Amino acid sequence: MILVNLAGVLLIALIVWWFWLYKPGEASVADSALLITVADGTYQPSRIKLPENQPVTLTFLRKDPSPCSATVLFPAFDINEELPLNASKTITLPEMQKGEYAFSCQMQMYRGTLIVG
Amino acid sequence: MHTTLIIEGANCASCVSKIETALTRLESVDEAAMNLAQGTVTVNGTASTETLIQAVDLAGYRARISEASDEDLLSEKEKADEAYYKRLIREMTIALSLGIPLMVYGLFIGEMTVETNTERLAWLLVGLLTLGIMVYAGKHFYLGAWKSLLNHNANMDTLIALGTGTAWLYSMVVVFFPHALPEMARHVYFEATAMIIGLINLGLALEVKARGRTSEAIKRLIGLQPKTARVIRDGEDIDIEIEQVVLDDLVRIRPGEKIPVDGVVREGHTAVDESMLTGEPMPVEKTAGDEVVAGTINKTGSIIFVANRVGKDTALARIIDMVKRAQNSKPPIGRLADVIAGIFVPAVMIIAIVSALVWLNFGPEPTVAFAVVSATTVLIIACPCALGLATPMSVMVGVGKAAEAGVLIRSGEALQTASKITAMILDKTGTITRGQPRVTDIHLTGDHDEERVLGMAAALESGSEHPLAVSIVESANERGVAVEKLEQFKAIAGYGVEGVVAGGSVLFGNEKLMHERNIGIDKAVSIAQNMASEAKTPMYFAVDGKLAAIIAVEDPVKEDSIAAIRRLQHDGIRVVMLTGDNRATASAVADKVGISEFFAEVLPEDKADKVAELQMQGEVVGMTGDGINDAPALALANVGFAIGTGTDVAIESADVTLMRGSLHGLADAIAVSRATLQNIKQNLFGAFIYNVAGIPIAAGILYPFFGLLLSPVIAGAAMAFSSLTVVTNANRLRFFNPQEH
Repeated sequence: MILVNLAGVLLIALIVWWFWLYKPGEASVADSALLITVADGTYQPSRIKLPENQPVTLTFLRKDPSPCSATVLFPAFDINEELPLNASKTITLPEMQKGEYAFSCQMQMYRGTLIVG
Repeated sequence: MHTTLIIEGANCASCVSKIETALTRLESVDEAAMNLAQGTVTVNGTASTETLIQAVDLAGYRARISEASDEDLLSEKEKADEAYYKRLIREMTIALSLGIPLMVYGLFIGEMTVETNTERLAWLLVGLLTLGIMVYAGKHFYLGAWKSLLNHNANMDTLIALGTGTAWLYSMVVVFFPHALPEMARHVYFEATAMIIGLINLGLALEVKARGRTSEAIKRLIGLQPKTARVIRDGEDIDIEIEQVVLDDLVRIRPGEKIPVDGVVREGHTAVDESMLTGEPMPVEKTAGDEVVAGTINKTGSIIFVANRVGKDTALARIIDMVKRAQNSKPPIGRLADVIAGIFVPAVMIIAIVSALVWLNFGPEPTVAFAVVSATTVLIIACPCALGLATPMSVMVGVGKAAEAGVLIRSGEALQTASKITAMILDKTGTITRGQPRVTDIHLTGDHDEERVLGMAAALESGSEHPLAVSIVESANERGVAVEKLEQFKAIAGYGVEGVVAGGSVLFGNEKLMHERNIGIDKAVSIAQNMASEAKTPMYFAVDGKLAAIIAVEDPVKEDSIAAIRRLQHDGIRVVMLTGDNRATASAVADKVGISEFFAEVLPEDKADKVAELQMQGEVVGMTGDGINDAPALALANVGFAIGTGTDVAIESADVTLMRGSLHGLADAIAVSRATLQNIKQNLFGAFIYNVAGIPIAAGILYPFFGLLLSPVIAGAAMAFSSLTVVTNANRLRFFNPQEH
């Protein structure tokens, strides 16, 4: 029984670490535009490194038919755009200051982060 | 690769060869073919669109990409939604066709336990069938869960995959190693896995349908855009696709037809129904020089107009764009729900583990079975979607509803603040009144006759665009009075104007101006006051330092202002009038429309101070004006409302644009925003309560008291319908009628 309890606590620790504490690797933005695929409940890549003080164009390609994925929001820049299914959509972001900015679907189930600087 | 460009400014045969040559000269272009009638060029090659546009530009023409229209995007979206709906229904049918018989068996016929080897074999078969269902009908949950997991993210898929996966895995352990478990715990839960997958697919399918209905308002707006236009090119009428209409095209409109693009009437006379955009039921007369707007319907006459805004620039396209953006933006009230939704899934996973551990340590036998059931049920019942959907769905419907009433709300934040307004400042001219003042009295006090006074006054005011000035000039024109020659002119903001007319120095303005220039008006003041008490605006006119006349101008109150102001007051809003007029006139107008508080003699630049004054008193202040000279006040107010004159869309300084002149739009805006906020609160409350009550019950908190433990199947049904309930409640707003409130 002690082992089972220990396993449970370890599992909880693992969840906390994996979902909340761990900072995964970053994807860099290419020279022109970075393609972000919206599929299977995720943005791929979901952590994107961007240069400071420079407008950037991101291209989204939505492959997921779920209506949740149809809108992408960048709350810090007051940007929200509809993403057509199986077609690309470019979104131009303004010059950004150093920092981390979240983007997500309306229901926060698809989540990504822009790392500027 | 084929690219189609729309060419502007090409209208001769020689243009065709010029453009084609300019394009084919590019190395990356194999072929370029222009269609002059359609105004398009189709290019075959590898060149980028930018290169092509540049080449056309260098040849002296303008090109743009033919973009997918809103209507195409919408119909594609509907097609995609329909396909997704069908897929979900198919998957649901398959999953339930296994789940329901299994559940019926478990409830009424036999035990879902594993004892004999025959039973093991039978359940193994069922288990494999269930696996088939999981792969066929639940693939998207497992794939989504896995991909999110790799991204250190967790969503609804994660919960469903974990819940159904746990139930299935435990059941398979029972089938393969029954002796590893106590006898009472040898129970299989294949029916739960199949039922949950089926029910959640059903919930998603119904949600897709219900979501479709939330965008009805935007669909209606998009539907206003006609597909073709009849333009006159080279003296001939041709019907072309709407995308091919270019600036300065002459467009012919016959009775009953829709206006395809924005423009200015060149010939003809007609009445146009603009109600679909402005909410104004009366058709508007149009004659040469008047603007017409895409999407409105021509009633009686025929006109020819010159296109001045096409494609994405038309008022209709901008309205659609603005409504879409506002529909997707979030009011601050949703932020807490967003924060919770962000950490929700891992938190639920932790609760499931804790719940299982508690059952294992303290629960009755068979503890393993109880632990598995409670953990599965917790994972399945938790619904982050209801939380996430609560706000956006209502905003979507509310903003659309407002647009139908001719009210354009810029953002979710404006919507929320508008619902909290406690005080509303109304600018008098053009807001409460029509903004078209007319000269009613000319009271002479000197040696000049009426004609001469009006002629000099009109000369002085001819340079000004102030509505009062315009009324003087119009009055002179109507009476056929010769306007004198203006030699000098100076406007004194808040006071009036001065100048030199026909050699005489003239002053025209309010009492303050006369006092400042030491002009005796003592005898005239009572006359002016009488005029003011009749809601007219008296102005003093002096020639060479002597008062010559008092000219009174009246700006009639809009017919429905009184009723609309009463609606606002009935909603508990403190209505305050603001005007540059003198106190007596302001008081008379305020009286007429039933307003007890007003700010009179306010200089244009001081309007914002009055907004601040009310804010200091703790009011949430709405400011309504025409958006032109009151921009700072609109911007400072908690919510700025701009009253449009027909079709000026999206006035920059305003949070809300009222497309029709009536103040009823204002009352509608407030009614819709209040109803929407109430709807959001209901949704958020429902979603919170659902999760706050559902998760502990699923974990078995009621078991020690009532012996009650939810079945995972019930949890699946509850979860599937909780988000549907949110969408359905938001859809109720569609039937909200602002006029009734």
